[in-house]
Amino acid sequence: MTRSLFARNPSVLVFLACLGLFTLGVTALSEALGTGMISTSFVKTLGKTLSLSLIALAMDLVWGYTGILSLGHFAFFGLGGYMIGMWLMYERTRDIVVTSMANADIPPTPQEITDAIGNQIFGVVGGSDFPLIWAFSHSLALQLILVVAVPGLLALVFGWLAFRSRVTGVYLSILTQAMTLALALYLFQNDSGLRGNNGLSGLQNLPGLDDVPQSVVSLWFFWASALALGLGYLFAAWVVSGKFGSVLRGIRDDEARVRFLGYSVEGYKLFIFTVTAVISGIAGALYYPQAGIINPAEIAPIASIYLAVWVAIGGRGRLYGAVIGAAFVSLVSTWFTGGQVPSIPLGFYTIDWVDWWQVVLGLSFVLVTLFAPKGIGGLFDYFTGRKPPNRHGKDLGPGSGSLKEQEAEA
Amino acid sequence: MSTLLEVSGVSVSFDGFKAINNLSFQIGSAEMRAIIGPNGAGKTTFMDIITGKTKPDEGRVIWGEKSVSLLKMSEARIARAGVGRKFQRPTVFEDQSVFDNLLLALRKDRNPFAVLLYKRNAPDTEKVHDLAAQIGLSDQLERKSGELSHGQKQWLEIGMLLAQEPRLLLVDEPAAGMTPEEREHTTAILVEAARTRAVVVVEHDMEFVRRLNCRVTVLHEGAVLAEGSLDHVTSNKHVIDVYLGR
Ligand SMILES: Nc1ncnc2c1ncn2[C@@H]1O[C@H](COP(=O)(O)OP(=O)(O)OP(=O)(O)O)[C@@H](O)[C@H]1O
Ligand SMILES: [Mg+2]
Repeated sequence: MTRSLFARNPSVLVFLACLGLFTLGVTALSEALGTGMISTSFVKTLGKTLSLSLIALAMDLVWGYTGILSLGHFAFFGLGGYMIGMWLMYERTRDIVVTSMANADIPPTPQEITDAIGNQIFGVVGGSDFPLIWAFSHSLALQLILVVAVPGLLALVFGWLAFRSRVTGVYLSILTQAMTLALALYLFQNDSGLRGNNGLSGLQNLPGLDDVPQSVVSLWFFWASALALGLGYLFAAWVVSGKFGSVLRGIRDDEARVRFLGYSVEGYKLFIFTVTAVISGIAGALYYPQAGIINPAEIAPIASIYLAVWVAIGGRGRLYGAVIGAAFVSLVSTWFTGGQVPSIPLGFYTIDWVDWWQVVLGLSFVLVTLFAPKGIGGLFDYFTGRKPPNRHGKDLGPGSGSLKEQEAEA
Repeated sequence: MSTLLEVSGVSVSFDGFKAINNLSFQIGSAEMRAIIGPNGAGKTTFMDIITGKTKPDEGRVIWGEKSVSLLKMSEARIARAGVGRKFQRPTVFEDQSVFDNLLLALRKDRNPFAVLLYKRNAPDTEKVHDLAAQIGLSDQLERKSGELSHGQKQWLEIGMLLAQEPRLLLVDEPAAGMTPEEREHTTAILVEAARTRAVVVVEHDMEFVRRLNCRVTVLHEGAVLAEGSLDHVTSNKHVIDVYLGR
């Protein structure tokens, strides 16, 4: 009875097909390769949205399936962004420095070049020496390894400490918030080595590819984000569909019971926490080159809370729900905060959506949690005929992250 | 007959209340034992101690031929060592099908990486089907276990216990919520299991205990009050006073 992944999860194929069509459609309408109906900046927005969907997928694995309400995954996302940003910034600055020094009478020594790069990068924070953490920034390959290694290691150490002491529920959420806050505060310092609150900038420019217009670069990143999301979705579907997924959902609903079956709950939590941190790092490494800039404000505690809100609005415990939630909310958010939505003059007060959007988002989160716990993903249940079990309002287990009656499938 | 589990001089107190008081207990590797006692006697707490859920304040819990102490081991390791448990309140994974519940319990490598790469195969599927037949849930395999009746959940949990192939089965009130025929069936399964394993059954129902036809340990206020055949303990004056006489 070894049924294939797709036979067990027809939604995976549907999702991949939709993603493929979407990618083709955007390409066909792009400025670089198509009709130009979609502006380059909007291609970037869409590419960023796909990367956000990828981290939402990670969040769904860790929260929706395992019941660990991590409010710190944006820290891993940001770290991924910083790791790729270091290479982008270093290489590009080196290009500029080398070009400008090429005209000098005496050819510059390697030391002079390094000093000049350091000056360029760290001038804003009053330094010029390369901090130790930039040791690998000259190498794309090494920095790419760091994109997965740094978030992965942080998650491994943090998770090991937290899960080993059996921190669960609200306390774990608070601990993850503390982690992301501590990281943000550290990065805000000028001597953190990552340019303090200036962050890393100019990341949209690919070193050595000055001739390639942004319209093309934006498409490359859009494709890469789509590919990563597709692969991430496949991986997540594979993880949750088999026996491993069974253990994860068991942990979510009743972790003590899983222990008495002989599974080391801590090991499984650590595994999924670390793997999702790595996925988040990759998502961040795709996001920030499209955003062009990364600074410590990106990993403020609130960012990770938004992530949970997206997944809740999309519908946790189902992979497409997380993707839809992230895509929908972040696009709507771009629209509202972009100033394109006309303000509503009330005479005595003008509702300016840039400010009021947060309120709308907060309100919809409350409403969704109260009245539609299945989120947007629940809309699909009308078509597929999926019904919740009738449990007279009882959750599916004693775990703090266990599914509610309405979220589950009968 | 070799001793599989030896509990000696164990005490536990919750906020000063002694739930288990200098309790000693032994069971052989192929033996059935019934534990009876009034509500609050400490029967469930006793199982909590063996399975690692509750750490005793003092005493020893020694396991197996190598005489290892269970006190330093985590719940999961104790379970892997061969202690299986059925809870008083049926606890199954309600969001998952009967099949998945049984598959989860099936004795297999519990390492995350092994589980991640696990592929469902014919022998395992067959084992699950056999178990389902044994517990009368063959036609319910694809159903979410949350939808089962109380009695069916009890069965499923017994099935999960058997699937683990433990060396020691701790069964807390298995017959609650079952019809007389189902009780008989449960008795048969437990008696069969006790031919090759150690089985500890906590039960209030005297008829059920009588049918198990085994040694009986009476717990009272966290300590052993009497031990022996059912007739022996039921004729004990102390037992009549605290338990049967009420
Ligand atoms: N975690 C705990 N905290 C405080 N008191 C506890 C705890 N667990 C058990 N107790 C107390 O210890 C005593 C023994 O409880 P236990 O559940 O072991 O009894 P039992 O013999 O299983 O009873 P029953 O027949 O009702 O299942 C009870 O008085 C109970 O209130
Ligand atoms: Mg009890």
